[in-house]
Amino acid sequence: MSSVLTETTSRAGASSEVVANDFSLQVATANGSGSQTANSVLMRSIFRMGVPVSGKNLFPSNIQGLPTWFTIRANRDGYIARKRDLDVLVCMNPETANEDVRDVRVGAYVVYEKKLGLENPGKKRDDVTYYAVPFSELVVKITSAPEHAKLRKLIVNMIYVGVLADLMGIEPAEIEKAVAKQLKGKPKAVDLNVSAVKVGLEYAAKNFPVKIPFRVERMNATEGKVIVEGNTASALGCVFGGATVCAWYPITPSSSLCEAFIEFCDHLRVDPATKKKNAAIIQAEDEIASIGMVLGAGWAGARSFTSTSGPGISLMSEYIGLGYYAEIPAVIFDIQRTGPSTGLPTRTMQGDLLLCYFSSHGDSKHPLLFPASPEECFTMAQQAFDLAEQLQTPVFVMSDLDLGMNNWMADPFPYPTEPLHRGKVLDAASIEKVKDTWGRYKDVDGDGIPYRTLPGTPNAYAAYLTRGSGHDENAQYSEKPQDYVNNVNRLVRKFETARTMVPKPEIQERPGARAGLLAYGTSHYGTTEARDKLATTFGVTLDYCRLRSLPLAAEAVNWMRLHERIYVVEQNRDGQLVTILRDELPELATRFVSIRQYNGLPLDATTVVDGVLNDAPASRAGRSDAQKGGLDA
Amino acid sequence: MSATPNAPAASPAPKTNRLGLPKADYEGAKSTLCLGCGHDVITKQIINAFYAMGVEPHKVAKFSGIGCSSKTPAYFLNRAWGFNGVHGRMPSAATGALVANSTLHGIGVSGDGDTASIGIGQFVHLVRRNLPLVYIIEDNGVYGLTKGQFSATADLGAKQKGGAINDFIPIDCCSLAIELGGTFVARSFSGDMKQLQTILEAAIAHRGTSVIDVISPCVTFNDHEGSTKSYKYSKEHETPVHEIGFVPFFEETLAEIPAGDTKDVSFPDGSQLRFRGVGRDYDPTDRERALKAIHESHARQEILTGILYVDPSKKDLSALLGTTGEPLTNLPLDALRPSRQALDEIMESLR
Repeated sequence: MSSVLTETTSRAGASSEVVANDFSLQVATANGSGSQTANSVLMRSIFRMGVPVSGKNLFPSNIQGLPTWFTIRANRDGYIARKRDLDVLVCMNPETANEDVRDVRVGAYVVYEKKLGLENPGKKRDDVTYYAVPFSELVVKITSAPEHAKLRKLIVNMIYVGVLADLMGIEPAEIEKAVAKQLKGKPKAVDLNVSAVKVGLEYAAKNFPVKIPFRVERMNATEGKVIVEGNTASALGCVFGGATVCAWYPITPSSSLCEAFIEFCDHLRVDPATKKKNAAIIQAEDEIASIGMVLGAGWAGARSFTSTSGPGISLMSEYIGLGYYAEIPAVIFDIQRTGPSTGLPTRTMQGDLLLCYFSSHGDSKHPLLFPASPEECFTMAQQAFDLAEQLQTPVFVMSDLDLGMNNWMADPFPYPTEPLHRGKVLDAASIEKVKDTWGRYKDVDGDGIPYRTLPGTPNAYAAYLTRGSGHDENAQYSEKPQDYVNNVNRLVRKFETARTMVPKPEIQERPGARAGLLAYGTSHYGTTEARDKLATTFGVTLDYCRLRSLPLAAEAVNWMRLHERIYVVEQNRDGQLVTILRDELPELATRFVSIRQYNGLPLDATTVVDGVLNDAPASRAGRSDAQKGGLDA
Repeated sequence: MSATPNAPAASPAPKTNRLGLPKADYEGAKSTLCLGCGHDVITKQIINAFYAMGVEPHKVAKFSGIGCSSKTPAYFLNRAWGFNGVHGRMPSAATGALVANSTLHGIGVSGDGDTASIGIGQFVHLVRRNLPLVYIIEDNGVYGLTKGQFSATADLGAKQKGGAINDFIPIDCCSLAIELGGTFVARSFSGDMKQLQTILEAAIAHRGTSVIDVISPCVTFNDHEGSTKSYKYSKEHETPVHEIGFVPFFEETLAEIPAGDTKDVSFPDGSQLRFRGVGRDYDPTDRERALKAIHESHARQEILTGILYVDPSKKDLSALLGTTGEPLTNLPLDALRPSRQALDEIMESLR
């Protein structure tokens, strides 16, 4: 497919016109070579120069040896989606070097390990600019001490940081600060890494009089912001949201969420008097056990959660159904990765919407929250616990690999001011007032949400037996048709109540727009960049709705009713959200146009721009032929 | 209360336990299992044991999976909480609940299919974690609710009601539990009510996982000639390894078994177990010998019963996790939510 953006962003071309704070840079290395430290330093240095930046690690399902790419996008206007076209490439991996060079756009700049011979006859591209650096020779100079020899593989990465600093104008002082931060508490390692940076700087200064025109120039757009991974933010949300039980099974890309929770609890959840922990964290034997533990704890009255990805949800689905039917609070983080089956375990996707929305056999439906940033990982984690307890049901937080495992520039997290909303729980005194008129599954308030008691409540009327089998409103076993129907219809009422409680969409409008873009989660970034591009370059004016939850909040439904054409952007093959929208809003079914990217890479704006422009002009103005007559009338 | 001689004849005060509660407070709904089911006997002994131990009913959490056995928590301790989970996955629900509130007394009732077939994974890890839970396997060698298929504890050569012979090696949950480091492993027979109650009382006192495999004949699908889990076969082959006396911490005197030629095991709460050998030299604190004895019993077609192995000194799960002894379920907000300053410091570290 020809890309519209390719033509318009090749402005640097082979010319040396300087472009400040607008580029996409990729570093190609081998997994396990220690490039992560160098790449983090690079990203943080640009961030600390006040330039909006994002970093995306494209890594293999492997510990050592397979190719890894790290992409940094810096953009003065704040666009931090993945960019399809690369402006600068660093080639360190012989395995992929040829392909890496082949894939950069015309006019790109390539820094490479000299030994790779990328400018040899037959290999050299004449539409890119090369910088050959003898990294493997330079690294020997600073690691000549015998004890340093085995560090060469790691240290060499810091040399390309230095080379880029010189070629692109990254301030060495910021690099040094970033190194010190990254290697906190290891002064010897800091010294060695800083000397590697200097070697790179000096080499480039001496040998490359013509610099890369993509420059980093100090600005002031990141002040006060932080750099954090979504999984860390979610874990912190669990801590501040009062979670006390975490049960998990290691799986990419979710493990770092529970590991961060463990780390935070080690210092934030220790009782000062007894030194015991105000949390219980269990690494379970599998995901079935994880969710069983979470439900057991939720039933007992603790705020409990697990974190997993698609394969884990598949395994959990039987117990998730029990959580729904027996009405037990639970929070499940799904850090989505590319499926089906094992799929691409280290690549991103929004592929679990249908799986989670309808998880388990029989009629079942669950609230889903869609965080799109670290701040939202933090706040929605807390909201998820409130909702789970208020609604007495499992609630999903639908993150993904891109959000969960990559470093994001983010606003600092707001300190929570609300108390924990623990829902309808009757204590011994309250039970004493209602005695045997209390029924665990009685809809007293008409909102479908019954009252529960917690194990250990000292009142003879308080106990009941929770079961996943048929039950009446007093929690007694029942196979009576009417009991069953009453119960599941009440669960529908409860889901309607959920609709009023879940996070509302974020809506951005522009005068004159009659069509709109609809996205959720990490599709936000490529979509909003595309929206601006469509307006400025192609004169297509679109409104925007970022969905933040299912079931659909009334505000989202109203927005959809007001737009004649709705481009639904998501990262899966089948248009899973569109499937849900067409099912729930059949009268709007023909308005939805599905734009999808599902190659395992984070969404780029080009995909969205192309998707909208492929639609007929009348349609994207919000005037499809079918609707025109009606509108004009 | 003292009665005066002239007062009209009052009905005698009901017998109560140390909490002053009558046994009725420990009973449950009417059983819906088949008449004569071994499981009902176990239910009765659970009621007796909790009554005798004087456990507050509202402090008990009952767990089960799926199958005939797993229906029984409805038939005892009505005033206790119950969680009937999914097939073979009860241990995980119990684990979550009991780490969330470690002041609860947990009892789980499972079956041989629920434990040894679909639930073998969770069973294994339950034992490894030493969760304080009385875990009863109501073991009849068949699936009752689906009408008599063999389970993984069916003995080699056992005959199904329809005539099929089991060709697969049975899983012995007791030797498996001992192998996994189980801290309380017992086997009993629903036809041996006295031994069963004593084992249950000791299990309630134990701070760790108590695995109790109870041979509990299925009168409908596995009580025929050729069955190795029938009443007749079990009675003929039951071989108690010792007499067991148990004195809970709140009682002073011991027991039916006088000291001398006995082995005593003490629990941290002061409760005490006393064993006297019955026809063989059996030490329930010697892991290797216990395993050997169980293995040898298979060859002799004996069903060894008693407390096969016990070690009350091991840490339970909450201790292993370093969790506070307070229920996590009602910690105040300031114990849960760190300060604004703590959040600020974390944010600063991310700049």
